[in-house]
Amino acid sequence: MGKVIPLSGNSAIAYAVKMCDVDVVSAYPITPQTTIVEKIAEFIANGELDAEMLHVESEHSALSAAVGASATGARVFTATSSQGLALMYEILFIASGLRLPVVMALVTRALSPPINIWCDHSDFMAAADTGWIQVMASTNQEAFDDVIMAYKLAEDPRVLLPVMTAIDGYIMSHTIEPVEVLEDKDVVLKFAPKNFKRRYRLDPDNPVTIGPLGSPNWYFEFKRQHYEAMKVAKQVFREVVTEFKKVFGREYSELETYMLDDADIVLVSMGGLAGTVRAYVDRARKEGIKLGAIRVKLFRPFPQEEIAKLISNKKIVGVIDRALAPGAVHGGPLFTEVATAIYLNKVDVPLVGFITGLGGRAVTFDHISEVVKHLKKYSEELRELPKEPIFIGVRE
Amino acid sequence: MSQTKLPGWRELPIGSVITEPGNTAKLSFHTWRTFRPVIDKEKCVRCGLCWMYCPDAAIVEVKETYVTKSGKKYEVSYEVNYQYCKGCGICANECPVKAITMVEEVR
Repeated sequence: MGKVIPLSGNSAIAYAVKMCDVDVVSAYPITPQTTIVEKIAEFIANGELDAEMLHVESEHSALSAAVGASATGARVFTATSSQGLALMYEILFIASGLRLPVVMALVTRALSPPINIWCDHSDFMAAADTGWIQVMASTNQEAFDDVIMAYKLAEDPRVLLPVMTAIDGYIMSHTIEPVEVLEDKDVVLKFAPKNFKRRYRLDPDNPVTIGPLGSPNWYFEFKRQHYEAMKVAKQVFREVVTEFKKVFGREYSELETYMLDDADIVLVSMGGLAGTVRAYVDRARKEGIKLGAIRVKLFRPFPQEEIAKLISNKKIVGVIDRALAPGAVHGGPLFTEVATAIYLNKVDVPLVGFITGLGGRAVTFDHISEVVKHLKKYSEELRELPKEPIFIGVRE
Repeated sequence: MSQTKLPGWRELPIGSVITEPGNTAKLSFHTWRTFRPVIDKEKCVRCGLCWMYCPDAAIVEVKETYVTKSGKKYEVSYEVNYQYCKGCGICANECPVKAITMVEEVR
């Protein structure tokens, strides 16, 4: 259908934005995201993409402009990382609360201090409660595909929520992989048609007010609507990936499993790290360890019943977080989600949380091996499970 | 304020969009007032300062023939639109003949 070319994760995203015929791109440069919008600017300058490129003075403005453009019915795109996302925080709620189908690529990067431009998921996790749909890719091909699926999901009249498509800073954003780039824009637009006529928008011929005051008599109802939309989004996500497979042949799922069926020990992870885990599973299997893996692709809405079902009969489950929430019930945000999921679904499976790879610290086979060693220890000896995360790869 | 039942979350337009432009005109601001301005048509000299100064355009010029007890004849009168008046008191403050008094609202 397309041709396979070598692309960095960032370039893959830019190509996908071009294929989606985006109308407005509003962004502010920040490492490691910058090359996405640089590539898009190049497409616009070459006449390959007919879009308005807004050069704004901050990320707060970047998302504000995206919100304004989206409110007119335009298909909009923005991208950011780390501190940039933090500066957008206020507008994240505006975009989701106004139910605007903005698509934003997040190239995950550690939050300062100390200043660090390398990968971890603390920026992504800090935005988890802003009412956005959040997906995280694990390959550059997926980074490309996610953007196309994101527009279909975001603009579905049953959903109408902004979508954040994340990739790992540097590990994916600046690493080149073969990516099948779809070349027929019509096919992409048939899959993800612009549906601005099926939502409220600023139209002089049919005026509406977007973003009014909502007194205590009104506010609560809109939050209840938002909750419901997120619930529906999970169903629509499944429809989107099913149709994507039909049209483009590649299969995605909210939870990607690997060697799970007969596994005793399961590792749950996200992003590029899941690729390392997957490769480690192959090695462990050769050594006779029944290891399996789950990669969480869809983080918001969180697939709670699904993950609880997948791990219900396992001996022990390790959740590897690449972010840290000091003072939270457990330091790992992904762990907290999984733990709540097994509680709510009455699944009794031992769960151990690990924190690793903060600030771009490389996560190698040795680290995964250490995680598995811990899990084996806790599954074999009947000892109390740790209530706190186990830190992997930090100097004592 | 009417006591009709407000719509539930399923019935409301999504994203808090207001689909009927200019419907603020239907709101009543009478509950905002602590004092209400009362214009004494006898004392009023029809200068129009209250009408000019009112920040909410809640002073209305009414075309009517009005003769005061002392025999002065006016072709217009000024009245307060109590739906929009928030009781700020600017009219009473500006009135050069003290024809507007602020009377406490009793609920």
